[in-house]
Amino acid sequence: MSLRIVVCVKYVPDATGDRQFTEDLTVNRDDVDGLLSELDEYAVEQALQIADEADDAEITVLTVGPEDAKDALRKALSMGADKAIHVEDDDLHGTDVMGTSLVLAKAIEKAGYDLVITGMASTDGAMGVLPAILAERLGVPQVTLLSEVKVEGGTVTGRRDGDTASETLEASLPALVSVTDQSGEARYPSFKGIMAAKKKPVESWDLEELEIEADEVGLEGSWTAVDSAAQRPARTAGTIVKDEGEGGKQLAGFLAEQKFI
Amino acid sequence: MAEVLVYVDHVDGAVRKPTLELLTLARRLGEPVAVALGAGADATAAVLAEHGAVKVLTADAPEFTEYLVVPKVDALQAAYDAVSPVAVLVPSSAEGKEIAARLAVRIGSGIITDAVDLEADDKGPVATQAAFAASFTTKSRVSKGTPVITVKPNSAPVEAAPAAGTVEALAVTFGALATGTKVTGRTPRESTGRPELTEAAIVVSGGRGVNGAENFGIIEALADSLGAAVGASRAAVDAGWYPHSNQVGQTGKSVAPQLYIASGISGAIQHRAGMQTSKTIVAVNKDAEAPIFDLVDYGVVGDLFAVVPQLTEEIQARKG
Ligand SMILES: Cc1cc2nc3c(=O)[nH]c(=O)nc-3n(C[C@H](O)[C@H](O)[C@H](O)COP(=O)(O)OP(=O)(O)OC[C@H]3O[C@@H](n4cnc5c(N)ncnc54)[C@H](O)[C@@H]3O)c2cc1C
Ligand SMILES: Nc1ncnc2c1ncn2[C@@H]1O[C@H](COP(=O)(O)O)[C@@H](O)[C@H]1O
Repeated sequence: MSLRIVVCVKYVPDATGDRQFTEDLTVNRDDVDGLLSELDEYAVEQALQIADEADDAEITVLTVGPEDAKDALRKALSMGADKAIHVEDDDLHGTDVMGTSLVLAKAIEKAGYDLVITGMASTDGAMGVLPAILAERLGVPQVTLLSEVKVEGGTVTGRRDGDTASETLEASLPALVSVTDQSGEARYPSFKGIMAAKKKPVESWDLEELEIEADEVGLEGSWTAVDSAAQRPARTAGTIVKDEGEGGKQLAGFLAEQKFI
Repeated sequence: MAEVLVYVDHVDGAVRKPTLELLTLARRLGEPVAVALGAGADATAAVLAEHGAVKVLTADAPEFTEYLVVPKVDALQAAYDAVSPVAVLVPSSAEGKEIAARLAVRIGSGIITDAVDLEADDKGPVATQAAFAASFTTKSRVSKGTPVITVKPNSAPVEAAPAAGTVEALAVTFGALATGTKVTGRTPRESTGRPELTEAAIVVSGGRGVNGAENFGIIEALADSLGAAVGASRAAVDAGWYPHSNQVGQTGKSVAPQLYIASGISGAIQHRAGMQTSKTIVAVNKDAEAPIFDLVDYGVVGDLFAVVPQLTEEIQARKG
């Protein structure tokens, strides 16, 4: 039996660009270039490694996002994923994590899966809670924040390096895994991979196909409301000195002045 | 008066500081009812009472340590059902966020993560958050259900506010999902004797410029002279010079101490995401063009191998 892996990937504004909010206080996705969230590349990488180890596996990459989010799918396909699903609908604008997780859960169930893999957090919203919510919605074990992951004979094992301890975890499939940026460098797409990706299937689904009502998602259906977003005032320029042999002492002087010593 | 559920982060009964900060915030919204789970839960009551908990709901069961996250969600949900609170506050640790998120789905509520402040409002609590690597400050509310909010360390002062702190046993029935993910092994992180990174008043960090694990002693010596925690950039962690648990930034810890000292760190956006809201920022870097200097209150352009040891020595001399 083939191992069906679904990888959730997000299309995000480039973190090194000048990220802003729009008037309706959603993330401005027009003025900064978008890309496949770097943290989701690790999820794609682990999916590829797990598929390599399995006799027979199929990797589907899934995204919920605007038209341009196809770029993220294309990148994942060029890394080696087999096919892609793009959930796109005008009514999705402004959806928060509860709505996004609902859409992802329905799409994952429709696609069919044994293993869901996500990144540890998105690089824009950076909540890091979607994986846990998705596991709750799907009713499968969550094996999250792994720096190492392995799938063998219907069991997933992994290591989670937490705040107070490093834990080894184990769960039976079907399960949901999230991986951290400690899980191993993601590969670069090869030229061959990029060419092959152009021929791989990308399906588009809308809310109707997933039997989700418009008012369950979007800005209106959001479970949270942003009242205001203000740019932090730039930090005022401080004193900069060049070390001429007394730099450490000068710095100590500043710290004493500020009552840290 | 309305009750606010506060999830307690503790290690064998020793309550961690962010939970006491949560009690300060919870008192702005109502009467704090604390939920303490696992070994030593009962022992948390005294300190929680001192900081305003009117009630402490406790439960212990092997499931809390033998399985990941979900047993704790079952328990928090039991507390939620018993109390019917106006809000649920959880410390923003990796596990705390997962517990809060799953509870939110179950009770049909929206969730806000990583708040740095909370105010009461007639429409429910208003949470302040930092967005886009802390270049924006947002204010948000949960608009559906009972607000579930996770709060970052150092978001409020710890205040004494004695209350009853009556201990009550919480009855928990574990659902089918509770035993889904088995914890097959646990290696506790070794204590360094230094303050916890996210809780420390001063953080001293080193980056690629430190140039080797053996040189981190220079950073540690400075930290110890100030009673500070030690942090590292991802470049230093990836090189294997310092443990990942000390990484500051987007995929490491986010810190907001009174003083942050960065040595040999360029100040990439992902690093800034984790330290930009520190009160005072100081940097030592030999490159005058390093972006970290845009953030600093005081910066020294120079070789850290000369500047940092001299600083440490001068601090020790001044402290006598
Ligand atoms: C998705 C993602 C997540 C990331 N998450 C994080 C994160 O959580 N935390 C993080 O830190 N980074 C993170 N990064 C990496 C980040 O982009 C940078 O690569 C990293 O912060 C660089 O670390 P650094 O400043 O130590 O190294 P560099 O950028 O190489 O800077 C080293 C600095 O040291 C100075 N220097 C060298 N020698 C000396 C000397 N003798 N004396 C004084 N100064 C000296 C140099 O002038 C230079 O400015 C992430 C990146 C991505 C893509
Ligand atoms: N719109 C989306 N489409 C697909 N996957 C997503 C989406 N948003 C979040 N994810 C996945 O959930 C993970 C955590 O996201 P978050 O909780 O938003 O930080 C990401 O690393 C992705 O794998």
